[in-house]
Amino acid sequence: MTDLSADPPVPPGSTRARPEAIRAVPLRHPWRWVSAVVVLIVLGAIVDTFATSSLHWSVVGQYLFDARIPQAAVVTLYLTAIAMVVGVGLGILLAVMRLSPNRVMAWVSWLYIWFFRGTPVLVQIFFWWNINTILPYLSIGIPFTHLMVQASTNTLVTPLLAAILGLGLNEAAYMAEIVRAGIISVDHGQTEAAQALGMRRSLVMRRIVLPQAMRVIVPPTGNETISMLKTTSLASIATVHELFFVQQDISNFNYRIIELVIVASLWYLAMSSVLTVFQYYIERHFARGSVRGLPPTPIQRLRRMLFQFHAAPPLGSAAEPDGEPWLPPAMPHSGM
Amino acid sequence: MATPMVRAEAVHKSFGRNQVLRGIDIEVAPREVMCIIGPSGSGKSTFLRCINHLEKIDAGRLWVDGELVGYREHGGRLHELPDREVCHKRSEIGMVFQGFNLFPHMTALENVIEAPVRVKREPVAAATERGRALLDRVGLGDRLDAHPRQLSGGQQQRVAIARALAMQPKLMLFDEPTSALDPELVGDVLNVMRDLAHEGMTMIVVTHEMGFAREVGDSLVFMDSGTIVEAGSPRDVIGNPQQQRTKDFLSKVL
Repeated sequence: MTDLSADPPVPPGSTRARPEAIRAVPLRHPWRWVSAVVVLIVLGAIVDTFATSSLHWSVVGQYLFDARIPQAAVVTLYLTAIAMVVGVGLGILLAVMRLSPNRVMAWVSWLYIWFFRGTPVLVQIFFWWNINTILPYLSIGIPFTHLMVQASTNTLVTPLLAAILGLGLNEAAYMAEIVRAGIISVDHGQTEAAQALGMRRSLVMRRIVLPQAMRVIVPPTGNETISMLKTTSLASIATVHELFFVQQDISNFNYRIIELVIVASLWYLAMSSVLTVFQYYIERHFARGSVRGLPPTPIQRLRRMLFQFHAAPPLGSAAEPDGEPWLPPAMPHSGM
Repeated sequence: MATPMVRAEAVHKSFGRNQVLRGIDIEVAPREVMCIIGPSGSGKSTFLRCINHLEKIDAGRLWVDGELVGYREHGGRLHELPDREVCHKRSEIGMVFQGFNLFPHMTALENVIEAPVRVKREPVAAATERGRALLDRVGLGDRLDAHPRQLSGGQQQRVAIARALAMQPKLMLFDEPTSALDPELVGDVLNVMRDLAHEGMTMIVVTHEMGFAREVGDSLVFMDSGTIVEAGSPRDVIGNPQQQRTKDFLSKVL
């Protein structure tokens, strides 16, 4: 039996000396210097253009934390979150339907994806926002009777709901394809082994297939979330008070159009950066079981660097390790 | 004589135009260990998969413990069983695969207790206790929290056996359980299977391990191109084959 987690031990009686480390003359890379100079020149030109334009950075600074802007950013964030929850939930349902042996379900799913992927999301939001013009009242009731609940579409479909419907239903079509790819990527032997244990289709999907599909589903879902963060700007057409709508609202008064667009862009950038960090850790979480040891996170790497710096052996010491040691993530928690 | 654990009568199965099984007749008594040998593509694995209804048979009849597999006979006609009942019957039959098929996102112990907890609705504490005992029995009592990828092939296959046993099956199907293993790891798996046989488990083993078939098997079946060429006691079939086809095959594998 082999213990796969441990490194092979160095034989204690090993007498052969380690040969001297290679110290070769490094290769020159002149193009790296050339490209650096070119990039500096281009950057300088861009900065110069903006510096000599009539852009007022002070206005950018003034509005960056104007109470209305962070408030709008919060709306953008929760619109993103709700639209993604709708998209992921419905997307999983559509993917499972698409792969179902029930032909009707598979066909319905195909039709949904065809329609919602084939029309622009802006048009879809616009459609939901104006639904009241063709359906002034919505009612749910028992067919062929007079028992029903009725509501005015105008009060029911708020700007936010129109945006959630437009963004969420559209996203579901894309998520369905992502989830389907994930489900297909799981080895069929897994389903068979689960079935052989007496597990039913739904249980196999929930406990065995979907958890393994997550590794394939999560990275593109992160992309979709970041993409959604910016797509929510389209909700401005339904007068949702999100970031893009609010900055436009402000610049309509003070005509500082570019300054406010920069303010909005900085907020979008900051929020997508935070999401990128989340994405990294979520992907790491779902990689468990697929790799034997996870590579260290940037924070763990930083800690290790600091730790090793303190504990570095004196130069020329024989204890110098050969190569980067593969530390499992549990190890470098000392210090800090 | 008691009801046979497995009885097959003229079982046929095709994939498209490819006839994989062409009339299989077999009877396996309770506590019997039957080994099935034969060249690849002879239909051994397919037959095994028909027994727990992972594959549907096209013609013939197949009974497990006196009940038809996948159907109910009523008014002179066969009715397909609902999914729920098919699953219930599968839960009484353990199966071990050539490629192990452990659930990679779960630890060894989680693999073993998954079905008892989710399918049989056993309390987690009781299932865990039994799962520990089973893993201990297959020699992996110290690797409960290891994920499949941290285990060697032989260890994985023993977890897979423990996982199947956790459902307390009345019949165990082994589909070339040692074919994917390094030669030095085969022994551990065969030992576990030998112990299981001595405890009286009914087993059908598709294998290339002639030593195991001869020593542990009560009966031996040689299959080729979807039919049973020769069947009998392992000693007779291996030591004194009657059919030329059997002789040819044995001369290559022994």
